[in-house]
Amino acid sequence: MTNLAISLLIGVLTGAGVYLVLRAQTFPVVLGLTLMSYGVNLFLFTMGRLHTAAPAVVGATEQSADALPQALVLTAIVIAFAMTAFVIVLALKARAALGNDHVDGTHIPQADRVIDRRKEPRA
Amino acid sequence: MNPIELLAAVVLLPFLAAPVAAWSARINRYAAAWVAGGATLLALALFAWLVAGHIGQMPVATSHAWIEAAGLTFGFRLDGLSLLFTGLILVIGLLIVIYARYYLSPNDSMGRFFAYMMMFMGAMLGVVLSENMINLVIFWELTSLASFLLISYWQHRKEARYGARLALAITGAGGLALLGGVLILGHIVGSYELTDVLANGELIKNHELYAPALILILLGVFTKSAQFPFHFWLPNAMAAPTPVSAYLHSATMVKAGIFLLARFFPALAGTELWVIIVSTAGLITFLLGAYTALFRHDLKGLLAYSTISHLGLITLLFGFGTPLAAVAGIFHIINHATFKASLFMVAGIVDHETGTRDMRRLGGLVKYMPHTAALGMIAAMAMAGVPLFNGFLSKEMFFTESVRVAGDIGPVWLLPILVSLGGLLSVAYSLRFVHDTFFGKPDGDLPKKPHEPPGMMKRPVDLLVVLCLAVGILPALVVGPLLHIAVTGVLQAEPPYYSLSLWHGLNLPLLMSAIALVGGLLIYLYRAPIFRWHARSLAHLDARAVYNRLMELLMRAGAGVTGGLDNGRLGRIVLLTLLFSLLAGLAGYLQTAGLPGVQAALDRGTVEDSGDWVTWLGMLLIIIATVVTAVGHRQRLFALISMSVVGLGVAMIFARFSAPDLAMTQLSVEVVTMILLLLALFYLPQQSRKLSSPARRWRDAGIATGIGGGIAALTYAIISRPFETISGYFLEHSVPGGGGTNVVNVILVDFRGYDTFGEITVLALAALGIFAMLHNLSLPSSRRDPFGRAWSDDPHPLMLRTFAQIILPLTLLFGVYVFLRGHNEPGGGFIAGLIVASALVAQYMAFGIENTERKLHLPIHGIIGAGLLISLGTGLVAMAAGVPFLTSNTWHFTLPLIGEIHLASALGFDLGVFLVVVGSTMLILLNLGRLTDHAIEHPDYASIEASPADGDSRGGRDA
Repeated sequence: MTNLAISLLIGVLTGAGVYLVLRAQTFPVVLGLTLMSYGVNLFLFTMGRLHTAAPAVVGATEQSADALPQALVLTAIVIAFAMTAFVIVLALKARAALGNDHVDGTHIPQADRVIDRRKEPRA
Repeated sequence: MNPIELLAAVVLLPFLAAPVAAWSARINRYAAAWVAGGATLLALALFAWLVAGHIGQMPVATSHAWIEAAGLTFGFRLDGLSLLFTGLILVIGLLIVIYARYYLSPNDSMGRFFAYMMMFMGAMLGVVLSENMINLVIFWELTSLASFLLISYWQHRKEARYGARLALAITGAGGLALLGGVLILGHIVGSYELTDVLANGELIKNHELYAPALILILLGVFTKSAQFPFHFWLPNAMAAPTPVSAYLHSATMVKAGIFLLARFFPALAGTELWVIIVSTAGLITFLLGAYTALFRHDLKGLLAYSTISHLGLITLLFGFGTPLAAVAGIFHIINHATFKASLFMVAGIVDHETGTRDMRRLGGLVKYMPHTAALGMIAAMAMAGVPLFNGFLSKEMFFTESVRVAGDIGPVWLLPILVSLGGLLSVAYSLRFVHDTFFGKPDGDLPKKPHEPPGMMKRPVDLLVVLCLAVGILPALVVGPLLHIAVTGVLQAEPPYYSLSLWHGLNLPLLMSAIALVGGLLIYLYRAPIFRWHARSLAHLDARAVYNRLMELLMRAGAGVTGGLDNGRLGRIVLLTLLFSLLAGLAGYLQTAGLPGVQAALDRGTVEDSGDWVTWLGMLLIIIATVVTAVGHRQRLFALISMSVVGLGVAMIFARFSAPDLAMTQLSVEVVTMILLLLALFYLPQQSRKLSSPARRWRDAGIATGIGGGIAALTYAIISRPFETISGYFLEHSVPGGGGTNVVNVILVDFRGYDTFGEITVLALAALGIFAMLHNLSLPSSRRDPFGRAWSDDPHPLMLRTFAQIILPLTLLFGVYVFLRGHNEPGGGFIAGLIVASALVAQYMAFGIENTERKLHLPIHGIIGAGLLISLGTGLVAMAAGVPFLTSNTWHFTLPLIGEIHLASALGFDLGVFLVVVGSTMLILLNLGRLTDHAIEHPDYASIEASPADGDSRGGRDA
């Protein structure tokens, strides 16, 4: 039951991440990537199986959880943060350069044209 | 030095000389030529010394292990065949270097030319001296690259660029085929060493993979040696400077294919398949080249087709598959290299001194340059196969062999007639070369007033022409020993009896020679009607047309595929990638297990699975928060908050399932991520607009469900199976090997320390990248929220300031505590770094960036740099102590009052990690926060987000 629940959770995190990544504006895409990285981290962690009250500290308890996926996930969490930061700043940069927050940059929806008009000299 | 080291030195010397030549040209134009010439001479001397010492012991071959698992060794081999080719490459190379020194005009870059030339020479020596076949292929491809660079030497010329591309495409593709063939050959024999391959001819010829191996290798041979139907790249390669044409595209590189035929002769030759393919290609090439050469008006064009024809002749000889034919083939390689290199150099002199190579304009040059004309005539007579010149002897042997094998190949009269026809045509084009250039009257004015070239430009030709004559008159004395050694190298056995005398009595081959000479003369005398007929009927045929058409189709197909997949929208690419992975996963499921298998996996549940409802409820809450984030993402602040619930929930899951380190990391990352995203959101629209249609959203939801479901099923399928962990090793060795009881931390800083080092480097790079991107960025922002309310009238609230001040020392102390205990208890550099960073960021938030910077003076870039250096230093100290990078050491000692101290060197590494994490996090957040200094003020969000025409697409504007 716990296994089923965690599998479901990982699936929902991934699915929600995928849905958001397919959106057309940058901010939801960043949210989607973050959700997906939660899903991936949990997936990797779960590969060591779920153990309760068995931290991977020598001598603390009789049994120990699998330490290897934990070590992998620990760095993955930090790297995911760096990636999120990089992508969101890229999005800011794109917005400054292109005047909109569409992922393609080239597509300028009506709403964001205001900024472009401000930059151009008045006709 | 042992012989193999000397051989390696011979091969490497030109490679070393290449950069020196390029560099020396900066000091003096001609220095490059001196370097190239000196290197060649030195290589020649080394080689001569080596040969003198080991001539009795050939073949000499050894290999040094390189990547043994892949069958790769670095080995060289010296036998008769490689001796012959090395001699040709070095001697002709030296002559060409001298010639080119005078040929190149002051506008041409000497450094570049000689650097390329040396690269080619090294590669070519590598081809002929390799013992390992993979080595051979690598050098083979290097010759193609060097040839590309040399053909396109005059980069401003369109035909040079086209010719270079064409040559690279054809020979490069052939090189790939050759690699395939060699791999099969290595598979058959079980070794890539030539010694083993050559000794196992019978095994190879009887193997079921013989045919594919042979065909692939022959593709490499035919493309390189310009055999029909791949011959058309060679005439286009004549766009290269003439010394290059003489060296690469006549004397050496195009002979690499022939070399390979000779090299693999004992291993591959003699079967029916070999005879059919090789002799057919050779015969067609021989005739086609000779015919086309006659009608070329360009001197170098004539020589190019003549080269193709002679390469065909040699291929045909090897195609016969008999040892005597191989003797004739080797002999003709030597002769062709001498007379054809001379002819190219003569053509280059004519071009150099008159400004044109068009035989319709040239004529009567014998009056202006008698010396050059004499050289041209002698070499052309050798090419035509006139008695007393070297070409006659090998052509006579060629005719003899043709007559001998004619019965096996077709009707007994067919082959002799065809080869006589080829001989006849070569007499005709040789006559044309001489007569149209040096005799008769020039047609119109020449661009330059012709005169003899500088003496040194003729010396190389003098030498080669003397050789043509010497071999032609006294063959047994001049070339006999070399030929014997070379043929022994080809056959890997004692050669059969052959006679190198001028006179073999009145026989059929002599008659064929006579017919060729007389017939060629007649054709040349009555050339006018033949030329008219050719112009009417065949002149428009061009093998390039097929190639161009193929390339065009390939380009169009490529553009079609790219255009069909990529319409310039990133969303499309993401969608396709996701769909593909979904399909791949699905295919995998169905293939390995099928639906019943999946069902069985779901039913199994073999691993004991305890559970408590609190945990399940927590998971349910996270699921709900996730769905809420996805569905409500258009209200961005709201989505962000619900996503933070998910993040915290994930941290709780880590805590629940025995991963305290992960829980702490996730928790602190969550804090900084939220600050980050909130800061970023300040400069972005507060709401997402509905940019996609409902249909598209349902489609995306469908894909998301599919992928999410697949991942869930995959996870469940894996974790419901019993499994054996490999972490036992880490548990056991954590204390003795790493000196710490917290296995996760020991893995990070010790067992997998190198990975961690890479990861903090990535972190630092990301932070620096962000710093660069944010530099001088200005973004529109507003003091009001989307609903028109002011964000805040007090940027630094008193409550925040007070608490931040109280909390700072406590948090810092906690950070130090977490850091220090990290090796034995949950904690460590990553977590401590994040905790300290959030404490510091809280200060900046409470008091403003300017104020806090004045107070703290944190050199953030310096912190990152110091962290990386400390981590690296810890690893290097271990190396200095003679153990592998990052091996940790532990010390135990007792201090008064404090008690037993346990210190691991890994602590130093973890300190580096800590500093990088603190520095990177601060750098990112502070620079994002600092953006407000440059922000463009807007009265409110409405003016940023929407034009009046678009009001309906935004929810909540009127709320």
